Amino acid sequence: MTLALLVDFGSTYTKVRAVSVDEARVVATAQGPSTVGSDVTIGLQAALERLQTAIGRVERWRWRLATSSAAGGLRMVTVGLVRELTAEAARQAALGAGARLVGSHAGRLTRADLRALLALAPDVLLLCGGTDGGNRDTIVHNARALAAARAGSERVFPIVVAGNREAADEVLDALPEAVLADNVMPELNVLATESARAAIRDVFMHRIVHAKGIDRARALLDDVLMPTPAAVLEAAQLLSQGTEGRDGLGPLLVVDPGGATTDVHSIGEGEPSLPGMVRLGLPEPHAKRTVEGDLGMRHNAHAIAEAVGEPALAAEAGLAPEEVHELLAVIAADVERLPASAAERALDDALGHEAIRLAVRRHAGRTETVYTAHGPAQVLHGKDLGGVRTVIGTGGVLVAAPRPQRLLRAALADPARPQELMPRQARFLVDRDYVLFAAGLLAGVAPRCAFDLARHSLQEVPDDH
Amino acid sequence: MPLATLVTGVIGADTHIVGNRILSMALEKAGYKVVTLGALTPAPEFVKAAIETAADGIMVSSLYGQGEIDCRGFRDLCDEAGLGGILLYVGGNLVVGQTPWPEVESRFLAMGFDRAFPPGTRVEDVLATLAADFAARKRGERFDATLPTPWAARQGAPR
Repeated sequence: MTLALLVDFGSTYTKVRAVSVDEARVVATAQGPSTVGSDVTIGLQAALERLQTAIGRVERWRWRLATSSAAGGLRMVTVGLVRELTAEAARQAALGAGARLVGSHAGRLTRADLRALLALAPDVLLLCGGTDGGNRDTIVHNARALAAARAGSERVFPIVVAGNREAADEVLDALPEAVLADNVMPELNVLATESARAAIRDVFMHRIVHAKGIDRARALLDDVLMPTPAAVLEAAQLLSQGTEGRDGLGPLLVVDPGGATTDVHSIGEGEPSLPGMVRLGLPEPHAKRTVEGDLGMRHNAHAIAEAVGEPALAAEAGLAPEEVHELLAVIAADVERLPASAAERALDDALGHEAIRLAVRRHAGRTETVYTAHGPAQVLHGKDLGGVRTVIGTGGVLVAAPRPQRLLRAALADPARPQELMPRQARFLVDRDYVLFAAGLLAGVAPRCAFDLARHSLQEVPDDH
Repeated sequence: MPLATLVTGVIGADTHIVGNRILSMALEKAGYKVVTLGALTPAPEFVKAAIETAADGIMVSSLYGQGEIDCRGFRDLCDEAGLGGILLYVGGNLVVGQTPWPEVESRFLAMGFDRAFPPGTRVEDVLATLAADFAARKRGERFDATLPTPWAARQGAPR
């Protein structure tokens, strides 16, 4: 049997999956603690030993690949020129590369911006600004300011430059060690993030993994390829588009409510799904990822309660408001806690429901009515997900939920809010074996196996509402 | 190298795109780099596009009679965004009703537009005016003041 080992270095656990490449199935799963803080190999060894008790000693792995979201994930700062244009394109590129955005700037960096930026000490900075042949002053100013600010600092973070190509020479004169990628916005309103994403991923694989001490596991692994969210996005793309001999599922949405954040991935053009709508503004990425840093099942349970109100959360959970208040305090005191009672289970479901609802609402596009001389017209901002017919849920809360469809329903459009363009109806699939990250890793080396692996894990849960 | 970079678009809640598209194609053919924003473009988007592309001029179209409201403060927006002195043209059916053109023109010039073009302007006239104005800019002038306004030029032209 040809086996592949897929590892996810998370912030709480080190998860490992042994996959039969021929059958495209998970043959064993195990997890160990996350030990990135001390020695990453300890947690991995523990997980591998557990794996061994299940399937015996494996002499040869065909591939041994890993993702990582440990040690704070890929912490990035982006810099662009106009907030809605190159600064937004830079954000999209970083999110698509699986980053956790800790800062984003538009226009010329001030001394205060630079101080804040150095204090953040991001893993990577993405420097953009200007269309090709367009504005060059700002990106050159920012490159020189960054060079000057870093000169006196020990925190030398890698910089990826993806702005006006005509300014590239001057930018590299100021920042000779920066990595050059193609402009994220070569023409106005043209989004081209692929080259920047590849450059960020390369920096991650060759430098960040080392900086975070994850490469100590080198002897046990071939490569730590990408941040975990980037792998999930890869898997979502593969599932949507299919591969040779496999038909894709078409436009889809992946929701991933985690302990600290909630990720949403949408694959599809997001063109207007109803007649008479005009799309304005920056085009949206075909594979789009958003991260809601204030919506998390554990570290940010309070923030979810604040956003929806404790009474509404209690009603959703079917619990008394006082009980919800108490349980939230319990979670806050112990963020690694797993539900121990029916009430805690119900609260987790309600938190997951609300995290999904708010995160998908922010991810989806919206319409605005503009009154023209010919009558009202509908203008679309963002992606219209109204026509998306597949919603995939991944992450612990969905796997543990007795009725995950109840949570996934939160990703659907609310008829009372027609301006929000969430899926009108969809089938619901749950990533039972938590393999989307593994499928994303395999997508690059064995796409058909990766597709089948993900497909086998996806269990349809009927919408019995 | 393009002659200059120009941003074009139809301002406000106006969907009349055809004339603007013809103009944009002609500008491109004449050697300009044209950044087309199309119909239904709010004033701030012209400005943002001009910043990002380092445009030398903005050409605003308005066909539905509401141009005066949409264009109010356009020059101020540019000044505020650091685009001081950028060449601003406006053209089309700029107001509704029977207002005589010279009055319309003076209103738009007072708003800070460098040129206002009446309905029925020919593309060649726009190109000639642009060439003269950019030549004047090279001499350090804001535009070519010796040129008659588009309206005056038309009055003098043989029918």
